[in-house]
Amino acid sequence: MPLQEVVEVNESVDLAPLDKVLDEYASERGAVIPVLQRAQEIYGYLPKEVLKHIAKRMNVPVSQVYGVATFYAQFSMMPKGRHTVEICDGTACHVRGAAQIIKVLEQELGIKAGETTPDRRVTLRVVFCLGSCALAPVAVLDGQIVGRLVPDKAARLVRELE
Amino acid sequence: MTEPIYRADVLVCGGTGCVSSGSLKVMEVLRAELERVGLSQEVRVVETGCRGFCAQGPIMVIYPDGIFYCQVKPEDVPVIVEETLLKGRIVQRLVYSEPESHTNVPLYENIPFYEKQQRVTLRNCGIIDPERIEEYIARGGYEALAKALTTMTPEQVIEEVKASGLRGRGGAGFLTGLKWEFTAKAPGDVKYVVCNADEGDPGAFMDRSILEGDPHSVIEGMIICGYAVGAHEGYIYCRAEYPLAIKRLKLAIQQAEEYGLLGENILGTDFSFRLKIKEGAGAFVCGEETALIASIEGRRGEPRPRPPFPAVQGLWGKPTNNNNVKSYANIAQIIANGAEWFAKIGTPRSPGTAIFALTGKVRHTGLVEVPMGITLREIIFDVGGGILNNKRFKAVQTGGPLGGCLPESGLDLKVDFDSLRQAGAVMGSGGMIVVDEDTCMVEFSKYFLTFATAESCGKCVPCRVGGRRMLELLTKITNGEGTLEDIAKIEEIATGMENGSLCALGQLTPGPIRSALRYFREEFEAHVTEHRCPAKQCTALIQYVIDPNKCTGCGRCRRACPVQVIAGDRRMIHVINQAGCIKCGTCYEVCPFDAVVKVSGETIPVPEAPIPVGTFKPVETQA
Repeated sequence: MPLQEVVEVNESVDLAPLDKVLDEYASERGAVIPVLQRAQEIYGYLPKEVLKHIAKRMNVPVSQVYGVATFYAQFSMMPKGRHTVEICDGTACHVRGAAQIIKVLEQELGIKAGETTPDRRVTLRVVFCLGSCALAPVAVLDGQIVGRLVPDKAARLVRELE
Repeated sequence: MTEPIYRADVLVCGGTGCVSSGSLKVMEVLRAELERVGLSQEVRVVETGCRGFCAQGPIMVIYPDGIFYCQVKPEDVPVIVEETLLKGRIVQRLVYSEPESHTNVPLYENIPFYEKQQRVTLRNCGIIDPERIEEYIARGGYEALAKALTTMTPEQVIEEVKASGLRGRGGAGFLTGLKWEFTAKAPGDVKYVVCNADEGDPGAFMDRSILEGDPHSVIEGMIICGYAVGAHEGYIYCRAEYPLAIKRLKLAIQQAEEYGLLGENILGTDFSFRLKIKEGAGAFVCGEETALIASIEGRRGEPRPRPPFPAVQGLWGKPTNNNNVKSYANIAQIIANGAEWFAKIGTPRSPGTAIFALTGKVRHTGLVEVPMGITLREIIFDVGGGILNNKRFKAVQTGGPLGGCLPESGLDLKVDFDSLRQAGAVMGSGGMIVVDEDTCMVEFSKYFLTFATAESCGKCVPCRVGGRRMLELLTKITNGEGTLEDIAKIEEIATGMENGSLCALGQLTPGPIRSALRYFREEFEAHVTEHRCPAKQCTALIQYVIDPNKCTGCGRCRRACPVQVIAGDRRMIHVINQAGCIKCGTCYEVCPFDAVVKVSGETIPVPEAPIPVGTFKPVETQA
C-alpha cells in the first residue's frame, strides 16, 4: 500500500465534536479504529491535528494511530473534493470493462485514481466490489449508484459536475 | 393494535443488488398506490433480503400465488396493483422470460435459475422480513438454541457438529466441530466467539446477503457456539462497506436481547452471552483470522505466525473460536434436524451445500446455493443460463483473487473442497467468475495479482516483495516486452511465496497465475514470442482500426470518441489517429456496421487521412 502523507492544510480544526466521540469510547478496549471512523465522518478526512489529539486522549503513541490510519483503505489524510466518484474494479466489473472506464475518467479529470483535482472539484477512487455485480460496471457518484457504464457515459457524468 | 389479516403479501427484494437497481423506490410507490386504492389493510408489503437473482432485479414475488415479477420499475406498480392485486391477473410483460425459448415463467418455483438450487443456508433469504425476529421464529428459528441449551450438554453439541461433517465455509474447509472442540478444551475461564464477516473478495457477496437477509441465523449459530465452547462474549467483524448488513445485524441483536435470547440467563437457563459488532476499515488481509483478531483489538490488521492458534490464544490472548458467516448460519439447522440430516446433503467428504456468487460473462448473475458434488457445467449452464451474447465459454475462476481458474475440460468436475483444490482452483470465498473468449488470461491473472499485492500487509518478505516482482514481470508480458525467462522466473517466485509466506494471503497469491499457466500457457507464450494478445484485450498489443470497406461515414464513432482522435466527415471513410487513441473501445461498441475492428499481431490496410466512401484502394504491398 503506498504511504500516505499527512497534508498540512491551513484550516482550523474544531476538536469539540471529536472530544464527544472520545468520551463515548473512553471505556472500550481497542477503540482506535471506531474512533478514527467517527472522526473521518466528522471532518471528511483525518487532519494531522485530529490524529495527534486522538493519540493524546487515548494515551497511545501518535505513531500507532498513524500506523492504523495508514493501514486501512477507508482512512484518508487528504481533504476530499466536493464530489466523490468511486469506480468499482471488482472482478465482475473488471471483466465487463471497468479498466477502460477508469482510464477515460483519469483522462477526463487529468488526475490518477486516488487523487483529487487541484480545484477540489472531484475525488476519484477505485474500490473493490460494491456488491452490485449485476449492474457491472458500476460507479458510485456522491453515494448514488450508477450502473451499466460505458466510457462516454462515464466521461459525461463527471464533465457535468460543478 | 393488532395487525390486520392480509390476503396477500408482496415481497420486494431489499438486498443491495436490487436496491441499486431501484427497489426502494418501487416499494415506496407500491405502498402509496395500495393506500390510494384502499388495499393497504388487505395487502402487505414486505422488504426481504436477497433472492440471488440479482441480474433480474428489482425482484418482486406476490404470495399466496408465488407470482414472480422481475426488473420492476416504479411506473409498473399501478399496473401490478390494478391487474394482479385487484383483478388477480398476471402481468405478462413483467414475468421472467426464458431467453432461449421466449416462454414466460410466471411462478417463482418454476424458474430454471432456482430449479437445481438447494437452499439450506439461504433458506430464509428473500422469504422473511429480516427486520422482524417474529418471522425468523415462525420459520423454526431459535428452536435449535432452545434444544441445545435445555436438552444437550456442550460436549453433545460439539459431537453433533462434528458428526455432521460441516467444514469451515470461509474457504479452507477445516472441520468446524473439531475447531470448536479445540477452543472448548483450551484452558482458561474467559473465551470468545468471533464471526468473520469481512468478506473482502471482490465479486463475492454471499455473507452480505445472509447478514442482510437472515441475520438471526448467524446470531443463533454464534450463541450455540458460545454455549458449546464456554464463551460468554462474541464479536461479529463486518466490513464497513456493508452498511445495510450492519444496520440489520444491530437491529437483530437488539430484538434478540428483548426476547431474552441474548444477554443474561438465556431462555431461563444459567447461560449468558453477549454480542458486539466491530466494523472493519477496508483491509482484505483482515479475513485471515489472526489479522482479524488484531483488528478487533484496534491494531493494524497484520497476521502472526501460528501456532499458537486462536483456539488456544486468540482475542486479547484468550481462547477464541473463529468461523465464517456461512458456517454459523448452518449450525441451527444441524442442531434442529440432526447431524445425519446434514450429512446426507452433498458429498460424503464435503457435506452440505455451497454458495457461489456467480458473476462475469454469464447470463444469470447472482447468488446460487447448490449441493456439493454438482458439476461446474450444471452451475454455469443450467443455473447460470450459459454465456452472455452466445459467446464461447473460456474459463471459470473460483475462490476469488486467491483461487484459480479452470478451462472447459474442467467443466464436468464435481464441485467440493477437495476436487477443486486438486484441479488447481479452490472453494475459497465462493466467488465464481465466468469469462468468455474475449478475456485474456494473462490480463485476468494480472488483475488478481494487482489486487492481492495491493492488499499485502507488508509484514513478511515473500508476500511483500514476491508479489510485486511477479506483477512487474507480468506487466512486462502484457506490454509485449516479456521473455520466456520471465515466465520461468514467475514460476520460481510463485514457489517461494507458496512455501515462505506467513499467511494464506501470500501463500495463495500465486494461485491464479499458476492455474492460468497450467491451462493457458500458450496464451502467455503468444504475448512473449509473437507480441500478440489472442483475446485482443491487452491494450499495448492491440489497435482499433476502421475497416475502410465497411465504413459508411456516419460519424457515430467520431462523436462518441472521448478523446476526439477520429478524423472524418459525412460520407468520408473515418480514420483513427493511433498516436492519441486510449483504446477505450467506445468506437468499437457504437459502430452499427461493425466497421471498427480490433487487431493484434496483424495489420489491415487503411487510408492515411479521410477519403470519400467507396474510393479506397489499398496500396499494393511489395511481396
